[in-house]
Amino acid sequence: MIRKAPVLDVDAILDDRATRIIVCCGSGGVGKTTTAAALGLRAAERGRCAVVLTVDPARRLAQSMGLTELDNTPREVASYDNGGKLFAMMLDMKRTFDEIIEAHADPERARQILTNPFYQSLSSSFSGTQEYMAMEKLGQLRRSGEWDLIIVDTPPSRSALDFLDAPERLGRFLDGRFIRLLTAPAKAGGRSAFKLLNAGFGLVAGAMTKLLGAQVLKDLQTFVSALDAVFGGFRQRAEMTYKLLQAQGTAFIVVAAPERDAMREAAYFVERLAEERMPLAGLVVNRVHTSPVSGLSAARSTAAAEELEARGEHELTAAVLRLHAGRMQLAAREGREQDHFVSAHPTVPVAQVPAMSQDVHDLDGLRAIGDLMAKAS
Amino acid sequence: MDRDTDWDGVRLHVVTGKGGTGKTTVAAALALALASGGRKVLLVEVEGRQGIAQIFDLPPLPYEERRIAVAPGGGDVYALAIDPEEAMLEYMEMFYGMRRAGRALTRMGIVDFATTVAPGFRDVLVTGKTTEAVRRKDRNGRRVYDAVVLDAPPTGRITRFLNVTKEVAGLAKVGPIKNHSDLVSGVVKSPETAVHFVTLLEEMPVQETLDGIAELREAGLPAGGVFVNMVRESQLPQAVLDTAVKGRFDVGELALGLKAAGLADGAADASKAAEALLEEIVEHARRTELELKEREALVETGTPRYELNLLADGVDLAGLYELAESMRNQGAA
Repeated sequence: MIRKAPVLDVDAILDDRATRIIVCCGSGGVGKTTTAAALGLRAAERGRCAVVLTVDPARRLAQSMGLTELDNTPREVASYDNGGKLFAMMLDMKRTFDEIIEAHADPERARQILTNPFYQSLSSSFSGTQEYMAMEKLGQLRRSGEWDLIIVDTPPSRSALDFLDAPERLGRFLDGRFIRLLTAPAKAGGRSAFKLLNAGFGLVAGAMTKLLGAQVLKDLQTFVSALDAVFGGFRQRAEMTYKLLQAQGTAFIVVAAPERDAMREAAYFVERLAEERMPLAGLVVNRVHTSPVSGLSAARSTAAAEELEARGEHELTAAVLRLHAGRMQLAAREGREQDHFVSAHPTVPVAQVPAMSQDVHDLDGLRAIGDLMAKAS
Repeated sequence: MDRDTDWDGVRLHVVTGKGGTGKTTVAAALALALASGGRKVLLVEVEGRQGIAQIFDLPPLPYEERRIAVAPGGGDVYALAIDPEEAMLEYMEMFYGMRRAGRALTRMGIVDFATTVAPGFRDVLVTGKTTEAVRRKDRNGRRVYDAVVLDAPPTGRITRFLNVTKEVAGLAKVGPIKNHSDLVSGVVKSPETAVHFVTLLEEMPVQETLDGIAELREAGLPAGGVFVNMVRESQLPQAVLDTAVKGRFDVGELALGLKAAGLADGAADASKAAEALLEEIVEHARRTELELKEREALVETGTPRYELNLLADGVDLAGLYELAESMRNQGAA
């Protein structure tokens, strides 16, 4: 069990009107989306006007919030007498991207971009697009001023903090020599880019044509030149969102489960957030196993079971004791995984949420999770 | 020694699963199981996470096939962490002899660019390298690897990842990339490939597995088996669990037992402890009930199912061998 870690006071964060954004991050499968939704519901019940932005396409989550589906617009889930409201939306990455293009390019250019095969590939499957669009949507919701608390659940990325890297990655992408190479024809009044090139570029151009085929290269060129005009605005917005995340009023909550990989990821998140000077509120550990009979250790329980079995009596009790021993072992292992984290990051506040025997299906389930999260303090 | 397994004739085992289900662990154990008895198996990782190195307690793996483990009964597991950029360079050199141009492309960030703009390219490079290992033959015309196990992207992305021809078709209708992706597709869609799913007996992972299998079948890709991971064996008979759920559990009997075992000081103490333990029993019963429901949902897919017990001491090397043995006993390898 965790002894030294300070306790994460969830209610204090939700009740603080200065808290405007909560970002839930963590590796896949740790209950990040459920945590985000439970925080949103609890915030609304405590009088906040909250919106949960999720990237998880799980229908169950939509259903648990009483919605038949989540789309790219915030939908009202619940409202309370104290003025509290809960909205929820699911990010439609392609729709969000399309909207940005439409907002930043004249209709003709927008059409060129939207119909280009490279755009279609980029907007629907680029592993960083989702992260970037989540941040873009977050910026939009924040600027709209309609909600006083936005809770965002980050995508289960390959690299878990991709959403932080998205602006920088986009910048690198735009400033690359290759982009300049591809946009050269537009800038040189329509002459072929490759005529302007020196020997090194010629070599590359030849290789590209050979590899990709001439049509692909042409599509790529059209795409990049068309997008070029839109890029400036893009990057600026990405940087604004990045600063928004660093600002006061943002709270990062790292979500984990008490397992080795998830705790290791959590430690990585915490370190990375510190490096980026992002405000960390604390760690939520989901699905922690505890026992109402924690005074009876695994060893004692097993020994007693063995004794009963040897004597050939109280078969039921022996089986129950073995069940209890297994649970205590699990609790001990989970405790060790958490201890590793705490000893490396002793100042990070932690809240533990006990494992539930059933999955969350409705608002009551989400409320129960919220209660457990708050009870930790 | 040859035994009948559920996947005779399969040379490419693709392992996918929802995050947190232990996909890499299962892929590693499957590689060990397939290598048992003197075979040679390649374990491939594609997401740059170095999960294989962590699981086998090794330093980070380079872009190079190297032997990482010996299987029971003398077989070898090799591992390879595929880096798309390296794969691209290798590809250019192998097919076009364009080593210098390849380096120039990398230096200019073109590979980064191309794989960023079109993830289909990235996937085709990665699957291309994997299928090359599947097809590779030695001087005598024999396949170099008896099997290749691919620790693939998670369930949500698997169909897209494997369906390279479709992904690339929108971008390149003719030309070398198209040809290359057709070659990859030929292997991936053949009976030599099986896509296995790793799941837990929980609602979300099971649902994702069902959706994943349906998606895969729709795309004409070969669904393999389902590995149910981290299964906890029930300590209590079903009848006892039933009474617990219905509120008819005999707490008095349990209290007597606790007293007999010397775990309680008096009658009051014993019944208090028994009541507390009952909470655990009821929870366990609910959990078991839920697991039963999820298991039934998996049965409906009609795919072979393998159950892997939760490793009491967490995943370590000994645990991997234990899982590998369990897979072999169940006919998965």
